This record gives sequence, structure tokens and C-alpha cells, in this order.
Amino acid sequence: MKAGFFIVALIGMLSSVAAVAALDAQTIAKLGADDAAAKIEAVHALVASGDEDALALLQAVQAGEVAVTPQGRVFILHGDQAVDAATKMAITPLPEQFETIVINNRLRSALDAGIGALKLLSPDPATRLASARAIESTSQAAVLPLIEKALARETDPTIRNSLEQTQASLNLKSSDPAVRRAAVQTLGATNQARFKTVLQGLLEKDAAGNFIEPDEQVRSAAQNSIDAIQSRLVISDYIGRLFTGLSLGSILLLVALGLAITYGLLGVINMAHGEMLMIGAYATYIAQQLFKSYLPGWFDWYLVAAIPLAFAVSALVGMALERSVIRWLYGRPLETLLATWGISLFLIQLVRQLFGAQNVEVANPSWMSGGIALPNLVLPYNRIVIIGFSLFVLLLMWVVLNRTRLGLFVRGVTQNRAMASCVGVPTARIDLLAFGLGSGIAGLAGVALSQIGNVGPDMGQGYIIDSFMVVVTGGVGQLAGTVYAALGLGVMSKFLEPHIGAVLTKILVLVLIIAFIQKRPQGLFALKGRAVEA
Amino acid sequence: MKPEILPARYVRHTEPLFTRSGWTALAAFAFVMLLLLPCLYGLVPQSHAFHISAYTITLVGKIMCYAIVAMAMNLIWGYTGILSLGHGVFFALGGYAFGMYLMRQIGREGQYQSDLPDFMVFLDWKSFPWYWTQSDSFLWCIALVIVVPALLALVFGFFAFRSRIKGVYFSIITQAMTFAFMLLFFRNDTGFGGNNGFTDFKRVLGYPITAPSTRAVIFGVTALALIGTVVLVRYLVRSKVGRVLTAIRDSESRLMFSGYNPLGYKLFVWTLSAVLCGIAGALYVPQVGIINPSEMSPANSIEIAVWVAVGGRGTLIGPLLGAGVVNGAKSYFTQAFPEYWLFFLGLLFILVTLFLPKGIIGAIRFINWRRT
Repeated sequence: MKAGFFIVALIGMLSSVAAVAALDAQTIAKLGADDAAAKIEAVHALVASGDEDALALLQAVQAGEVAVTPQGRVFILHGDQAVDAATKMAITPLPEQFETIVINNRLRSALDAGIGALKLLSPDPATRLASARAIESTSQAAVLPLIEKALARETDPTIRNSLEQTQASLNLKSSDPAVRRAAVQTLGATNQARFKTVLQGLLEKDAAGNFIEPDEQVRSAAQNSIDAIQSRLVISDYIGRLFTGLSLGSILLLVALGLAITYGLLGVINMAHGEMLMIGAYATYIAQQLFKSYLPGWFDWYLVAAIPLAFAVSALVGMALERSVIRWLYGRPLETLLATWGISLFLIQLVRQLFGAQNVEVANPSWMSGGIALPNLVLPYNRIVIIGFSLFVLLLMWVVLNRTRLGLFVRGVTQNRAMASCVGVPTARIDLLAFGLGSGIAGLAGVALSQIGNVGPDMGQGYIIDSFMVVVTGGVGQLAGTVYAALGLGVMSKFLEPHIGAVLTKILVLVLIIAFIQKRPQGLFALKGRAVEA
Repeated sequence: MKPEILPARYVRHTEPLFTRSGWTALAAFAFVMLLLLPCLYGLVPQSHAFHISAYTITLVGKIMCYAIVAMAMNLIWGYTGILSLGHGVFFALGGYAFGMYLMRQIGREGQYQSDLPDFMVFLDWKSFPWYWTQSDSFLWCIALVIVVPALLALVFGFFAFRSRIKGVYFSIITQAMTFAFMLLFFRNDTGFGGNNGFTDFKRVLGYPITAPSTRAVIFGVTALALIGTVVLVRYLVRSKVGRVLTAIRDSESRLMFSGYNPLGYKLFVWTLSAVLCGIAGALYVPQVGIINPSEMSPANSIEIAVWVAVGGRGTLIGPLLGAGVVNGAKSYFTQAFPEYWLFFLGLLFILVTLFLPKGIIGAIRFINWRRT
């Protein structure tokens, strides 16, 4: 940008030396007038000329380098060298009496707009685009000839598009109905909400009851354009909601997947599941700090290192809990619930003592900031990465459960513990490993959560109820059910939220879940046969 | 021939309501709580060694409220085997219902000198929302204290029990309900003071709320409510209904095969339990002087379960003991070493479930049994 600006200025100056008397002398004389209105008129005329010298001159005015002699001769003053503004001839010696042109607020804004507009003719596409964007909201019809000039030689489609829109919105004030109609139609092809408001203004009536837009045909064209914009806005709105819904759903999925193993397959109510997330997030924090102090050059990749670290730490903590507490409570779900709640309180306090009660800061790596820009919509990269990550974890879990010996054993123990034990499955070890797997996956979810939310000792508490709801809705012991329930609840929440607010959405979703359980007490995908009563 | 399956003594209520020592203990409790403590607080001068401070009387009153909640929890969990993680909501709803009356009693002495409570003035509301009408009537609010928790429990319980949601499922659903209610009451637009809830009460029934005599009376009423709860629970569990409840806990499917429909029983005891919580909440608010949505946090509800577990569920005095011990420990810890309270509470949860599955009472009984 800056470089482009300098190039423009440089080219402007070079050409100002080369091209002699390119600017209209009368216009320039007006610049030196006492009257502010005359000066502004001169600025507009210079802009409309679209001349490259005009840019250099206006920039000089802006910089306070243009002066006028009592005789009305306007010249550019560079240090102690003076150049005549109209003829480009050096003036030697320096005039004895002169004063620099006074810039008041109106003149300044006219200058800013004019300089911005003149950059439309810059050879640098980035400068042209910035300039086109800058004049998008202008209401100065004076730039119209300049826009036409720029359009005639513009090849970049984005810049053309922007210029055409500006041209059309300025042409709305044209006196020719045909021009106005063409403008209305051009605006209808855009998908910007602000043009909708502009067009709606055309259909209103003034105080006397007459339409602001006198021409009937233009009005009907405006109506069509409004409808076209509206329908595109609705579509992008729905896409946006679908995306945030999927994003929320993928987070719910990540959080609930670990629970689907510990609760769904082992039947253990782990109220400390949220704290496994928290431990995963803190492991990410530790990875970040380590990279910051030992591998600053690789800092952007700390997240990749955090994934195995978080999995390992959470899995180890989970396995330790299984060995020390949960093992003794199998078959007593209510006691398990209370004991694991105790564990969760303990872990929260432990983390508070180790890392402090304040939230710790986990930064997004640079490749995760920013997003894909769609019309009226930005899809942030971190959300997209998390959706992909949750699919990856889902795939990982599916492979482990369906394609490995451990998975086979876990499924066997789930279906019939006694029989599995009889054929030689070491059930106690399988319980331990499965619990470790479930906790480790919670740790992975913690890595994802650290990228979009706060990392603090209490962070797990907010997710535990939602994730249980997902597992309950999806049906216990069912991966597919968990996936559908997570995405369904996520998308449903985001579609309800704009209408009734976040809190009422939560309550309504809960009511819907309870109503749903009335119909299908075992969740979306009920187990059939004997397993139902077990 | 008439088959004689069970001897008559198993069917009739031959067990007395309380044994002789039970009645004695109850009378002693009533004497201490209704006469001794209020007198020591109200009549003995402050300089005297036997004087009891307002802090102590409030603490004991608060713990008695918790004990009522623990009894209610015991009824549903200890005797019927249904673990509710939503009792905090019923407690808070009772508290809010009575709090509405207390807010109206402030009159125009609020910060904005308006008929409306301060938080409504702050929200720029011009009149009371519909659910606040009549809230200046004491009797109406007392009715709300009972009806609101009962209605919520009835509707929620009906749908939950009808679809035979039980065990851990039920616990989790009630926890979700608690969470939803907490969010609802945190909203300013709900009309219950949002984050701050109700506080700055001035008087109740026209008497200043911080006056020693008012405190003593509320304390006495709480003690009476607790005694009433104990008698009611005892009466209920030794009745025929009580036996069905225990049967639901021990083997619900066998009970159903014997021709009982557990739905009505469960619904009854669930609703009763909710009402007891509501009453406890209503007594809690004037003593503590504040009610806010954090009372509805899921953690509070689950803490109720640990009181019962510590004392011994399915016993009459276990929950009372548990509520007393845990809350006594809480007020000690949060003053002496606040950062260790969560460690203690967490360990309590773990150790009690691992090593004292029947609570303190169960442990005492076990020791006695070993001796004989």
C-alpha cells in the first residue's frame, strides 16, 4: 500500500515535469481564490479531469505546499524552489509576497476524497482497489467522470465490480430515467445490504405524498432489485447459521465423543469429564509456553505438538482415576456420579493452585487467524480447522473401535462382560484402557476448545451438561447417534438463537430433548434385544 | 381355604412412630431450638458468657433449613432410590417466592423511592409484570412457596417418570433442568433481579427483619418446620406408601410385576420432596437476607446429595447429621482456609462413596454390630 502510494506520488511528480501545461489554468487560478467554495469547485474540477498531474497538485495542496501570490499566481513550493502549478515552469527568483493556501475542514475532506478518487488511475492494482473501496460510499457526483475514465481502462474484475456499483449508486440521482433504471438494475445484482436500504428509499413517498422516484418503471425495477438482494441476503444468512451451527455441533461432538466411550460403552458416569477437557486445554497452554521459550521459530506449530501431549496427559489422569476410584464403583452409577463430581472439584482446585484462578492465555497460531470471506459472511479458519479436527478424531475413534484388537475387546466387554471374560478378555485392563481412551479424547477436545474459548480452571463445567445431553439424545453406546445428536443440537441451537435469544434456546432445547426422550427413551438409535434392559 | 401368606404383624403398623428415646430426643431438640437458643440470643445480654451472637443464630437457622432439604432429598434418594440433582431449584424457587413478598415489604425505602423494586426501576419498567401481582400479600406468597415447586415437580416428574427415565438418566436430566433454570434467573428480563437477585430486605409482616425478636421468631418457625419434616418423613416411611417407595428403590420391576404402578408413588414423593425444599428455601431467605441465581447452580444441588450421603441415606437422622456436619465444616473451612474447602469437599465426595457407602450412621451401626 505504502509503496504503491509512493510510486504514484513519484510518477505524478515525474510526469508533472514532463507534461507541460496539462492542467486548465483557469481551474488552477480558482484554487488560489479567497472563497472556500471556489477552491472546492476547483478541486472537483481537477478530480473530474482525471489527470495525473492533478493528483500531484492536490497532494501538494494537502501537504500545505501550494501558495498563491497577490497577483493570483498559484505555484508549488518545495523548500526554496517554486514551480508554477499551471505551466510547470520553475519560478526564479522566489516571489516576494505569497501565502500558502488555507485548508479548512470542508476543503480538507474534498481533498481527501479527491486524492482517493484520483488513485483510481494508479498503475498499481492494489492502490486502485483500495481507492475504489474508499469511494464506494461517496455521494459526490463530481467523481462520476473520473469513474467512467477509470472503468474504460480497468481490467481487474473486482475493481470493475466495485466501480460499477459506485457508479450505479451515483447514477441513481441522474436526471435521465433510463440511466436511473440501469443503475437500479446494476445494484440489484449486488448482494450488499446497504444498497437494499438505498433502493427502499426510492420507493418511499415524500411529505406531499409523491413518490421520491417519479418514474414508474424505475420503481418497479427497484422493487425487483430489492427482492433479488433480499433473497441473496437470506441465503447467505442461512449459510452463516448453518456454518456456526456445524461449528457448535463439531465442538459438542468433540466433547461428547470421549463421553460416548466412558458413559456409552463402559456405563461410567464421569462428571469429571469436563475437567479432562480442562486438563487438555492446560496441556496446550504448557506446549505453547515451552515453544515460546525453547523453539520460538517453530511457534506456529505448537498446536500440532499439543495434540499428542494433551491426549497423553488426559489419558494418564483418566487411567489413574480409573485405577484409584472408579474401578471400585462399577455397577453403582449413582455413587460413581458423586465420586467423580468430587474428583472434578478436586481437579479444579488443584489447577487453580498450580496455574492460578485467572484464565491463562492461549494464542491462535498465525495460520489459524483470518478466514474465508464470502459475500456478507466470513468463515473463520479456526472454526473450519475445528470442524476438520472433530472429523479427524471421529475417524480415529472409529478406527480404534472397529479395526483394532482393543476396539474389539471394548465392544465385547460392552455387549457381554461375563462372556468376554470367559473367553479370555482381560476385562479389568480393557476397562482401564477404554477409560484412558475416553479421557484422552476429552483432552483432544480441550486442545480445540483452547483455540476458541477461555482456558481457566472452571472451563470444563460449562460443557459437561451439554455433552451429557448429546450422549443421552444420541442413544447410549452409539457412535452414530452421538454424531447426529451433536450436529443436530448444534445446528438447531444456532437456528433458534436469532429468534429467541441464547438462554431461551438452551431451555427450549432441553424441553425438546425431554419431549424427544418421551418418544424414544433409548435415544435416536436404540439398542435392540437384550441389551436394552441391561 | 384362605391362604395365610404373611402373618398379620408384617402388614399392620406395629412399629411405633418413634421409640421412647426417639421422642425424648425430639423433645430435647425442640427445647433447645425453640426455647434455649432464642432465649440465649434474645434475652441474655451481650456481655454475658452464655450470649449467642446473631451470626451463630443465623448459621444454626441456615443449617436447619439445609437439614429440611436433606430430609427431602433423603425421601427421594434414600428411600425411593431416585437421585435428584435438581433440589436446589425447588429450594431457590421457594426462596424467590417468599423473596417477592419481602421485596414488596421494602415499600418506597429502596434507593429510587419507587413502589417498584430497585432492579425494576433500573430496567426502566413502569409496572409490575403479571406474575408479581398479589405478591404484596403474605398469604399469597406463602401459597406460591408451596404451589410453584409443587407444580414444577409435578409436570417435570410426570413426563420423566412416565417415560420411565430412571437412575442416572433421571439425575442428568434434573441437572440439565437446574442449569436451564439458573440461566433463566440470571437473565435480567426474567424479572427476578437477574445476577443480584433479591436483597436489602427491610421487614417481614411489618416487623423489621434484622430485629432480634424477628430473628428469634423466624428461627423458631424454622425449628418447627424441621421437627414437622422429621415427623412427616418418619410417618410416611413406616406407612404402606413408604414400603412401596422402598420397594421401588430395591426392585422396581418386581414391584410392577406384583401389580403396582410406581408412577403415582414416585410422582407423589417427588412432589412432596420438592415442596419441602420450597418451604426450606422460604425460611432460608429472611435469615440469610439474600437470594440469587447462584443458589440454583448445579454444584449446589449436587452438594445436597453429599450431605445425605455423608450422614447415611435411608436413615432418619443421617441426613440431619450430614447437613450439620458438612455445613459446619464448610463455614469453618471457608473462614480458616478458604482455598482448601474444595479439596475437602471433593475428597469428602470420593471417600464417602468409597469407604462409607452407608454414611456415618451406617458406620456407627456397623461398629455396634461388630461389638455385639
